Amino acid sequence: MNILNLVRIAIRALFRNKMRAFLTMLGIIIGVGAVIAMVAIGQGSKKSIQDQLSTMGSNMVTIRPVSNQGTGGARQESANLQTLTLDDVNAIREQAQYINAVSPAVQARGQAINASLNWPTTLQGISPDYLSIRDWELKEGVSFTVADVNGSAKVCIIGQTVAENIFDAGESPVGKVIRFNKIPFKIIGVLTSKGDNAFGQDQDDIMMAPYTTVQKRILAITHIQTIYASAINEESSVLATQELTQIIRDSHKLSGGQADDFTVRTQAELISTFSSTSELLTVLLAAIAGISLIVGGIGIMNIMYVSVTERTKEIGLRMSIGARGVDILMQFLIEAIVISITGGVIGVLFGIGASKLITLFLSWPTLVSSSSVILSFVVCAVTGVFFGYYPAQKASQLDPIEALRYE
Amino acid sequence: MANNILEIQDMKREFRMGAETVRALKGISFSVQSGEFITIMGSSGSGKTTLLNILGCLDQPTSGTYLLDNVDIKKQTRNELARLRNKKIGFVFQSYNLLARTTALENVELPLFYNPAVSSAKRRKMALRSLEAVKLSDRLDHLPNQLSGGQQQRVAIARALVNEPVMILADEATGNLDSRTSYEIMALIQELNKQGRTIVFVTHEPDIASFSSRTITLKDGKIIKDSPNQNIRSAKEMLESLPVSEDY
Repeated sequence: MNILNLVRIAIRALFRNKMRAFLTMLGIIIGVGAVIAMVAIGQGSKKSIQDQLSTMGSNMVTIRPVSNQGTGGARQESANLQTLTLDDVNAIREQAQYINAVSPAVQARGQAINASLNWPTTLQGISPDYLSIRDWELKEGVSFTVADVNGSAKVCIIGQTVAENIFDAGESPVGKVIRFNKIPFKIIGVLTSKGDNAFGQDQDDIMMAPYTTVQKRILAITHIQTIYASAINEESSVLATQELTQIIRDSHKLSGGQADDFTVRTQAELISTFSSTSELLTVLLAAIAGISLIVGGIGIMNIMYVSVTERTKEIGLRMSIGARGVDILMQFLIEAIVISITGGVIGVLFGIGASKLITLFLSWPTLVSSSSVILSFVVCAVTGVFFGYYPAQKASQLDPIEALRYE
Repeated sequence: MANNILEIQDMKREFRMGAETVRALKGISFSVQSGEFITIMGSSGSGKTTLLNILGCLDQPTSGTYLLDNVDIKKQTRNELARLRNKKIGFVFQSYNLLARTTALENVELPLFYNPAVSSAKRRKMALRSLEAVKLSDRLDHLPNQLSGGQQQRVAIARALVNEPVMILADEATGNLDSRTSYEIMALIQELNKQGRTIVFVTHEPDIASFSSRTITLKDGKIIKDSPNQNIRSAKEMLESLPVSEDY
């Protein structure tokens, strides 16, 4: 039998029952629409978390000290541990292949003061490489140099939040001298704004100065608290982690049995932690929406079933004028598939529209991925076949004599 | 030698109803030649319906032979029977059996949809020609509920003709119609018969049988009478002799 003829027969049969076909379709439309919109919400939140995390520098590797004394004595807070030193930084600089920038870091909390205005902030002592590690640029002015680091110069660059709080609008901070914990610092640059990070912390609430300056003039320490490095690219961050671990173990002269007295963290780990959370959200939402798709499918089955009973006489007639069982089977199957695919197409449009409206009115981030569209479309066609087959099979098995006499 | 459309030899049909066996047809034999117009008569329970189902290839005999246009029906599969119904038989039913919400033209086209050899252009042409033969060319786009009973039956006859079958099988085709419309339908059938079509008409009305060229009477699953009709009435003349109905 000519398949095109069967499609034509099925479509004509559906057009004869427009209202019923539409109501059946509605189940699928809502199901597919819900899947698309829900997955879009899940994917959108995942994407926005990833974007936020990558503002922290996507290739960044962070090394912090930890206590490796498993037992005995109070375990120290990492900021108080003195195990990381400049020797470690130099070893990394000399030996690491997967690292293209490295910076020691020390931190101090304090009050930044400009004339009558003051603001509590963090002073980060770093080397000039830090800005490239964080993918951070200057809005105005210049960064400090290696010479400033060597000379423990009292220069600093400040973040947007600090600038706004201790300077009047329109006033350029560059060249001004401010005080931090009573030490005067000359501002040589202002950072561009990075906004909040994924944890809601204001990344612009910061001052940066050469680490030597912070070590000697503010903290009076010789160790360093954190080492920031950047892997040559995102893919090599795992290799970079292994390499850094080995270099610092060597530098700390740890023997094989001893545990690390430091940790190496990459942004990739953080990203995957957060992504897996929103992945879970996506799966959960998709599962709920999937259930409505199945309910839609059962709707198709129900209607097709009623339709077979209601059209028994029509089936008998079709058989008496030459339709084979397989022709009847195909007709009902195609009707079910046409309903589910048409419903699927409308559902996809409906889902995309709903996602746009959610973004517009609730300002939730949404992302309609082509994979979710393709997936729900395939599921939809499969639903049509799966739920349409049984009633169609029933129709094709009817005895033409009895079907013709059916009232 | 005349061309036999139907050739039936000692045909039996039995139904098993639980432990009992119902013998609906107890060995009947007859043949029908091309161009004949035969009526099959019988009261209810005579086996008339069973015979009709077998003649229409909707059912198969338990034993005996049934050759339709030289094809042995007993040996056919379900699908082959469907193909035979599509190509060789045109059904006309008592209750018309038109598809609702479907135009006259589409109803007539229906059998051709199941014939892959017919293109869509040819399908339309054949359907138009068939509707012309039943004088309904001006009702192509009417739906069944916009047509009178007689017109609906003419659409059904057009549908039966469209595949150019070897035999038209009518089952009480005038049973739902008033006598005037019945005569109109019979006149149409007689005309089709004159054009050379073989017609088998199942009925229980002796009045209808008098229009055919031969009548087979069944009783209790056996043929009790098979005789040519000496005095064939013309439905057209009957129609003309009827008093013109007065409008009131």
